[in-house]
Amino acid sequence: MRIHITIKTALNALRRNVLRTLLTTLGIVIGVAAVISMMEIGNGATMAIQKTLASIGANTLAVLPGAANTGGINFGAGTLMTLTPQDADAIVKECPALASVAPVVRARTQVVYGNRNWSPTYIYGTTPSFLQVREWTDLEEGESFDEHDVRNSNRVCLIGQTIVRELFNGRSPLGKEVRLRNVAFKVVGVLKMKGANMMGMDQDDILLAPWTTIKYRVVATSLGNSSQSESATTISSSNNPYETISTSLYPVPSVTEQSSTPQPIRFANVDQILTAARSSGSIPSAIQQITMLLRERHHLKTSSPNDFNVRDMTEITKAMSSTTDMITKLLLCVAMISLVVGGVGIMNIMLVSVTERTREIGLRMAVGAEPGDILRQFLTEAVVICLLGGTMGIILGRTSSYIISSVLHWPTAPSIAAIIASVIVSASVGVIFGFYPAWKASRLNPIEALRYE
Amino acid sequence: MDLIELKDIHKTYFLGEVPVPVLRGITLSIAHGEFVALMGASGSGKSTLMNLLGCLDQASSGEYWLDGKEISRLSANEYARLRNQTIGFVFQSFNLLPRTTALENVMMPLTYSRENLNEQQKRQRAADLLRKVGLADRVNHQQSQLSGGQQQRVAIARSLVNQPSILLADEPTGNLDSRTSTELLEMFRQLNDTDGITVILVTHDENVAQWAQRTIRIKDGLLEGSVEPDEAGRVT
Repeated sequence: MRIHITIKTALNALRRNVLRTLLTTLGIVIGVAAVISMMEIGNGATMAIQKTLASIGANTLAVLPGAANTGGINFGAGTLMTLTPQDADAIVKECPALASVAPVVRARTQVVYGNRNWSPTYIYGTTPSFLQVREWTDLEEGESFDEHDVRNSNRVCLIGQTIVRELFNGRSPLGKEVRLRNVAFKVVGVLKMKGANMMGMDQDDILLAPWTTIKYRVVATSLGNSSQSESATTISSSNNPYETISTSLYPVPSVTEQSSTPQPIRFANVDQILTAARSSGSIPSAIQQITMLLRERHHLKTSSPNDFNVRDMTEITKAMSSTTDMITKLLLCVAMISLVVGGVGIMNIMLVSVTERTREIGLRMAVGAEPGDILRQFLTEAVVICLLGGTMGIILGRTSSYIISSVLHWPTAPSIAAIIASVIVSASVGVIFGFYPAWKASRLNPIEALRYE
Repeated sequence: MDLIELKDIHKTYFLGEVPVPVLRGITLSIAHGEFVALMGASGSGKSTLMNLLGCLDQASSGEYWLDGKEISRLSANEYARLRNQTIGFVFQSFNLLPRTTALENVMMPLTYSRENLNEQQKRQRAADLLRKVGLADRVNHQQSQLSGGQQQRVAIARSLVNQPSILLADEPTGNLDSRTSTELLEMFRQLNDTDGITVILVTHDENVAQWAQRTIRIKDGLLEGSVEPDEAGRVT
């Protein structure tokens, strides 16, 4: 018996009792709709949670310089001066797994405004993309400084809520000037409250300024380790920040002139580079890409160790993946229960149908249907019911998750995997719960079946 | 060799542990193209014999030669094929599929046939048979829209669709009035005469049995006229 005839026979049999067929499919419709909408709402919730976790820095990778080692004395992590802002630019250009990169220069000093002073936990010299890396782009008031300010070493800064409270007593600091080591910075923006981080450090106790300003105007005393002369990068006056201007403003000094009037060497290393991976999933590839790129840029031999370290927030990432895992599993359990209930409904109706059609089965056997033919026919009917229910369930599920997302404003994300899974699951529910009734039908004795009233 | 040969067929049912012998040694033969009536009171074993002849059931012992082959020990699937290809059934209660057209009812046994026909050929053959039983204008009527006589004709067309050599009719006129009965019996005779189909008519009605060339009577599990074996099993 060919498969399309079997399917046709099944459809004919189902059409003979449309209402019952529809009521039977209802169990599967509800089950599949539940699976689909729950998976979609779950997906949406997962994405929302991921977004929230990303804002506390789950996707952040920190690139720190390695330890300097001179004459057997190890100076500890972060003492090599090999990381440069150019490294940061290269990373954002050449590592596709990364969304944004910001170099960071740290300082530790007093901030003075009027007759008040305060020592913030963090004074960071950085670029505007720091706010993207830390998911902090919404400002309380004012605006961020821009690339221009970085190039010109402008004395502008953003301050966190704690500094506003300590120095300004809650009044708006916009346009006011604060002083760091007697350098006046104009406050151009105020960061939103972020609270404490995982370690309990107050993240609002922060001052952000262009890294060039912090580096050259505030921390300019730093001359670094004398052993760095070879590996440390220097900025000479010819390192033009304005790439568009090609002609030099001053005559090029000759070698003699250069040796008689030495320019002060300015180290352009940064204390760390903060980067944000595109998603928690791309963190491993991001680490690999950064490592390969920096090794190449720092001309490291294959035998020599990295002169930098890449740190990720493993703890947060783990918490995130276990949370989303649990949500998905929970929803799957609920959905599975409704599918099983639907399957039992199908088995019930198929058993009724077999009893009701005993004479038909007897007749089919009398005209030459083999037990296998009967088994196939009833099994096909069950699977057709389930697939029918599955299709309607997919439509209903998509519709309801759409309604939920538009009425309740819950985030939902369509899931192709859920659709494929529910088609497979509903077909297997049909096979599993349709098998017993079909088997029972195929075992009927044709003589008794024909005589059945 | 005859089309059907039964040799010392026994059939015993078991009610729990108690054996109930229904057929107690039937030996008979039916030739190609015969029109035979099988008569007997209820409980005589008539239905059991018919089920055996129709390959719906297996004998407890004895031999059944159908068309030169011994078939009493075949598997269920081989029996199904025999029923499909060699035997056509007509039942007392018509047994048409509900909410299905006459044409589809006639085509149904072709579903289980090994013959490779396409949909068009199947329809053609079913329509031809419906014309033959005089229902050319009822092809697309459903079971509920047909009278008893018409339903039975559809059933006859259905039984002929796989071109069987034997037509087994179990009380085909039992649910019909005498006029339609006569029409139907006329049709059986015609099928027997012109198409050479062997017809076995199971009935308890003498008037119906008269249409047949030969009447086989069964009583208490034995053919009437045959001699009951004694306890030693010898024919006296």
